[in-house]
Amino acid sequence: MSDSHRSPMAAPTSFLWTRRIFLTLLAIFAILPVYVMISSSLKPLNEVQGAFQWLPHHLTLRPYVDIWHTVPLAHYFANSVIVCGSSMLLSVVVAIFAAYAVSRYRFKGKRLFTVTVLSTQMFPGILFLLPLFLIFVNIGNATGIALYGSRGGLILTYLTFSLPFSIWMLAGYFDSIPQDLDEAALVDGCGPLGALFRVVIPAAVPGIVAVAVYAFMTAWGEVLFASVLTNDSTRTLAIGLEGYATQNDVYWNQVMAASLVVSVPVVAGFLLLQRYLVAGLTAGAVK
Amino acid sequence: MTVTTPAEDRTARAAKRRSRGPAPGRLRRRALPYLFLLPALILELLIHLIPILTGIAISFKQLTQFYIRDWGSAPWAGLGNYKVAVKFSEPIGQALLHSFWITCGFTVLTVGLSWLLGTAAAIMMQDNFRGRGLLRTFFLVPYALPVYAAVITWSFMFQRDNGLINHLLHQMHLTNGQSFWLIGSNSFPALVTVSVWRTWPFAFLCLTAGLQNIPGELYEAAALDGAGIWQQVRRITLPSLRPVNQVLVLVLFLWTFNDFNTPYVLFGKSAPPAADLISIHIYQSSFITWNFGSGSAMSVLMLLFLMLVTGVYLLATRRKDADV
Repeated sequence: MSDSHRSPMAAPTSFLWTRRIFLTLLAIFAILPVYVMISSSLKPLNEVQGAFQWLPHHLTLRPYVDIWHTVPLAHYFANSVIVCGSSMLLSVVVAIFAAYAVSRYRFKGKRLFTVTVLSTQMFPGILFLLPLFLIFVNIGNATGIALYGSRGGLILTYLTFSLPFSIWMLAGYFDSIPQDLDEAALVDGCGPLGALFRVVIPAAVPGIVAVAVYAFMTAWGEVLFASVLTNDSTRTLAIGLEGYATQNDVYWNQVMAASLVVSVPVVAGFLLLQRYLVAGLTAGAVK
Repeated sequence: MTVTTPAEDRTARAAKRRSRGPAPGRLRRRALPYLFLLPALILELLIHLIPILTGIAISFKQLTQFYIRDWGSAPWAGLGNYKVAVKFSEPIGQALLHSFWITCGFTVLTVGLSWLLGTAAAIMMQDNFRGRGLLRTFFLVPYALPVYAAVITWSFMFQRDNGLINHLLHQMHLTNGQSFWLIGSNSFPALVTVSVWRTWPFAFLCLTAGLQNIPGELYEAAALDGAGIWQQVRRITLPSLRPVNQVLVLVLFLWTFNDFNTPYVLFGKSAPPAADLISIHIYQSSFITWNFGSGSAMSVLMLLFLMLVTGVYLLATRRKDADV
């Protein structure tokens, strides 16, 4: 992308100053919580319980040790990794096939499919949470397949949350890969699957990675369904962090340390891959 | 469904090329896209469409905790659940209406402010200047952080005695630093603040991408004609962003109106009345009273409202485009 389309004329000082002040304030607003997270996670408990201080008086790493004992954080972490990792993998595989069909074939019902799938994004989560809960409970009663309270149920659910956007993003990506390439592969004797695996997928690796990160982030941050569809042994981080608040006390320093620890994987992934992700996420709005 | 091995496929394809498409090859070719779509279709049906249809069915039932394990046997309630929900003179209807207005105010403020911040930031970040990359990374942080970690941090910042917000307001001599933010009427501005903080980076991202599609010659021509920087923004930038804005505002509206995560993490299970958003309201009235029938009826009403607004919005914005 070219960096500047702005006028060749020098911007007036008033604009430059407005810009400087506005962007500084906005940056402070954006990262203030991160600063609070970091500084408070390095304080002893009595300091986070007293009046707010910008800097810790007694620097300590204690909260980072304690977070693993106060609540079974490692267990929640493992649950989150299993649930989010599995739903990410499955979502990417399912989305690749669907996006390949949407991008490379003309078929009846294509428009209906894309519109329906995308419009599920608009439905209030609460509308299908109640029936989904009932369906899971009843499937469990009828067949013995435990979906309610199990990781499997949550994996299936999260998988569909990222699916519509993933299909859409990937179809856009596949569209940008010249069709001559897969036709050449077909002429060389590959089937459609061969063309998909040998030509389209290798050329779309950045898009696939972006979709994977998106699917992982979506699942990692979800709260509503996790609060209803999990039980004590399958609880994910989204609900597990509530455990640092007891009847009388909130261990704010530990809450902050734990928040930071659970944020690092997704924030790092997002920032590393932001170039691909941003292109994919905004493609729909810009098109 | 039949699975074709690549080898079979290859021979079929070769045969097709030789004879210009015999019937079996053509059939397979026609079925192929549907096979590729099948897993996605099944999942969408299982997790989205069937539950939504079930939800609509449940909204006509008297489904209380006694029927959870066998909801088919719950008695039909006809329009009973809907009548209760919209009877605004009774407590349940009154609470729903109150929650609806709160949600509307919350949505308008959040979308409006997020759009303003996103647009201003996108326009100001168009030039290449020192530190732009770093600023951009900072701006993306709220979007990248998991919602519960970020919102828990905000709830710490909003604590009365040990939070940053009261400390800051006191230091600036704006208040005595003793305000409650997470209960009472202050909880509404607190909720809007957190929601704007989470939402504006997405507007910024979309608008930045939209700005890159505006040809530079437009600005050059305007500058030659003597247009100042503010005029360029008003005459060129904003009109060119209209298609992006059409989609962006709708998406922001739907996300914000449906938002559950932010109030749930900020306030815990009981949102204060001043910040009683509709999805929290339905969640509470369903899972505390275990009256799923009435909760589903409320969700269906919410969906109808969203569909109505979306339809009107799309019609209105399309007409505007046609006028231009």
